[in-house]
Amino acid sequence: MSLETTPAPAASAKGRVRRLPPEVNILIVLIGMALMFEALGWIFERQSFLFNILRLRIMILQVSVIGIIAIGVTQVIITGGIDLSSGSIVGASAMVGASLAQSSDYTHAVYPHLTNMPALVPILMGIIVGGLGGLINGGLIAWTGIPPFIATLGTYVSIRGFAKWYTRGNPVSFLTPQFDYIGSGIVPVFIFLICAAIFHVVLGYTRYGKFTYAIGANRQAARVSGINIKRHLLYVYVIAGLLSGLAGIVTAARAQSGQSGMGVGYELQAIAAAVIGGTSLTGGVGRIWGTVFGTIILGVVTSGFTFLNINDYLQEMVLGGIIVGAVIVDQYRQTRRARA
Amino acid sequence: MMLSPTTMKAVRESGAVPQAPWLMEIEGVSKSFPGVKALDDVSFQLRRGTVHALMGENGAGKSTLMKIIAGIYTPDSGTFKLRGQPIRLVSPLDALENGIAMIHQELNLMAPMTVAENIWIRREPINRFGFVNHAKMHRMTAALFSDLNIDLDPDMAVGKLSIANRQMVEIAKAVSYESDVLIMDEPTSALTDKEVAHLFAIIKTLRAKGKGIVYITHKMNELFEIADEVSVFRDGHYVGTKDASTVKREDIIRMMVGREITQMFPKDTVPIGDVVLSVQDLGLKGVFSGVSFDLHKGEILGVAGLVGSGRSNVAETLFGVTPATSGTISIAGQQVAMTSPQVALAQGLGFLTEDRKETGCFLILDVQQNMQVAVLGGDYLKNGFVRQTALTHVCEAMREALRIKTPNMQERVENLSGGNQQKVLIGRWLLTKPRILILDEPTRGIDVGAKAEIHRMVSQLAGQGVGIIMISSEMPEILGMSDRILVMHEGRATGILSRAEADQVKIMELASH
Repeated sequence: MSLETTPAPAASAKGRVRRLPPEVNILIVLIGMALMFEALGWIFERQSFLFNILRLRIMILQVSVIGIIAIGVTQVIITGGIDLSSGSIVGASAMVGASLAQSSDYTHAVYPHLTNMPALVPILMGIIVGGLGGLINGGLIAWTGIPPFIATLGTYVSIRGFAKWYTRGNPVSFLTPQFDYIGSGIVPVFIFLICAAIFHVVLGYTRYGKFTYAIGANRQAARVSGINIKRHLLYVYVIAGLLSGLAGIVTAARAQSGQSGMGVGYELQAIAAAVIGGTSLTGGVGRIWGTVFGTIILGVVTSGFTFLNINDYLQEMVLGGIIVGAVIVDQYRQTRRARA
Repeated sequence: MMLSPTTMKAVRESGAVPQAPWLMEIEGVSKSFPGVKALDDVSFQLRRGTVHALMGENGAGKSTLMKIIAGIYTPDSGTFKLRGQPIRLVSPLDALENGIAMIHQELNLMAPMTVAENIWIRREPINRFGFVNHAKMHRMTAALFSDLNIDLDPDMAVGKLSIANRQMVEIAKAVSYESDVLIMDEPTSALTDKEVAHLFAIIKTLRAKGKGIVYITHKMNELFEIADEVSVFRDGHYVGTKDASTVKREDIIRMMVGREITQMFPKDTVPIGDVVLSVQDLGLKGVFSGVSFDLHKGEILGVAGLVGSGRSNVAETLFGVTPATSGTISIAGQQVAMTSPQVALAQGLGFLTEDRKETGCFLILDVQQNMQVAVLGGDYLKNGFVRQTALTHVCEAMREALRIKTPNMQERVENLSGGNQQKVLIGRWLLTKPRILILDEPTRGIDVGAKAEIHRMVSQLAGQGVGIIMISSEMPEILGMSDRILVMHEGRATGILSRAEADQVKIMELASH
């Protein structure tokens, strides 16, 4: 039989050609883009793009909130789903959080008797609002079996409605300095990176993570392997909701107010960050660091275009092209691999 | 002379069809797939105005031949003549334009569209403004239906029709292409007796119109009812053709199974222990019913039966994938409500599914992830974290024990050969240390070497006291490996044979009733 004749040297030789982690490609794209803007900067603006601490700081601050959402959205996409409601959850969480974070020297507080609360209360409440949104998403998807696109499209509309209804559309301002602190300086960046580190570990080293990939890779096989798919999907959407809730709190703290229109369009940017970062919309593939780099790529592009004085509307047009391009590249690589 | 499809069409439309003795003639056709020779030097002739049945066990080559006729596969060698003209079909559309239509087992209709739209898709009557002329399409459909004695509303959505009526639509569609050759692949498998009678009436109408019908079936009684001729295939070879009016049932069974068992199956004799699984009157509404058997420690219970007999459904129900609607399952004397795969797993069951790619492997994940997925609880979990080092060790040990050929554990499973994928999946279930292992087609589509290894493994497991249920379509595998054989037919258990009394003819009789 041919079984004993396994060519050991060949096997180890192939073993040596270790596949580089897919994030490396995305990191190369990120560095390439940064260098491109650096070069264009010297050509057109006669100044450096990268060596400007203020610019880098604004750039990463702008995308931190998107990044926090994208970490949850990445997990949802790995299971083969999608979450359109995250931007609306940001709005709802920002409103609820801000309403509980108002300082007592403001006479038109939403809850006049609940002013000057310890900052932890509004923060937790905002996150919980996000978790509830995720619970609705996950519940609908797991137990009614409707497609995630439809379930989260529904909550996208309804939760935005809740955010507006909450104060009948009025903004909520005069927040306590303790609450505002989490949006100050580069605190949002830290929150983003800490969340990324946590979920990098969770996805790679816990049962939760393994199940998430398994469900996205082959739902039937996952079921036969004894995975409780409904319960797991519920967890994934709740976690995505909690992260969107956290993003809402950070948004409110940065703006030092809560506005019902906060987070409009964030869901699409978060999906874009995940997809640019190599998360496959067909499920089963994706890593948190890829999403982190994808998020920063969004920041570099936005900031780079602004730096080059390119029209805002034109920026949007190009951004759309980048998202579609990322998926085309991903698909091309997959078909090539399938043929190999 | 090889005519292009369009020339053929022109010739046909001119009415100058050369009168060949055979409507269709296939000679010396072979077709290979990687690792298997599906058809070897096969011949087949179809007369006008006849129903020609194709019979054979699973994997005999009927489906491959049928797909060659329908233009889905191109043969590696051999000749194919249609109405006396040599022809080479390159696609199903090509076949259709040459007058060959296939009625698929899984019906290919667009459910939300109407009956008429489905039939005339791509050929809709157009009015002078370029819009679809629905009135004309309705009339054309009605005319077609009255011709075939079909009573359906052309404007009804296909999705609202029963399976039988959808089949009628498929047949009408095939006839609308003015097809001379109609291929029907087990058309009665989902029909009630009354619907079957209607179908047969339509087939007889078609026969009277001079069409040639290739009719694939597993059911012996249909053969005598509808067929004029029957050709039998076995292991990719053509065995022979008989006149359906004179042939006897036993002759056909002998032609189907007349194979020497040449492969060796290393089933060791091991002590058979207590009953580990007892199934009483198990049923799943509309799929199977009244299935009862006992499984002992160390026993291999083979499950035989043709595709569609409900074998795999019983396995899925035992494992809680589709919970039973009647009957009981007891494990080691304790009755268990098998409501989900998690329950089955906790009870010490393992289930190697039939379709490796669809329900077994996580193709885009690596060997390690694929193997460990069923044990990511209990022993290998600490404070919510997976004890990856320990798992890596046991999986590595399993890889060596099963001699899985892979460059490393980080290789994606889709890059492994079928046999090695199967071993990875067997490894997945062995890691759970099962008391009962259900194997559904454990050696389908894998090479001979790996097959023998898997057989040895299964035999070893039985020696360790695991109770094994092995579903297989391969007669030699069933006969060689099993201590007892449960035979199923159309959702019922038709008999249990002991190793001593079982032979191919007895199994085939029980399986085709």
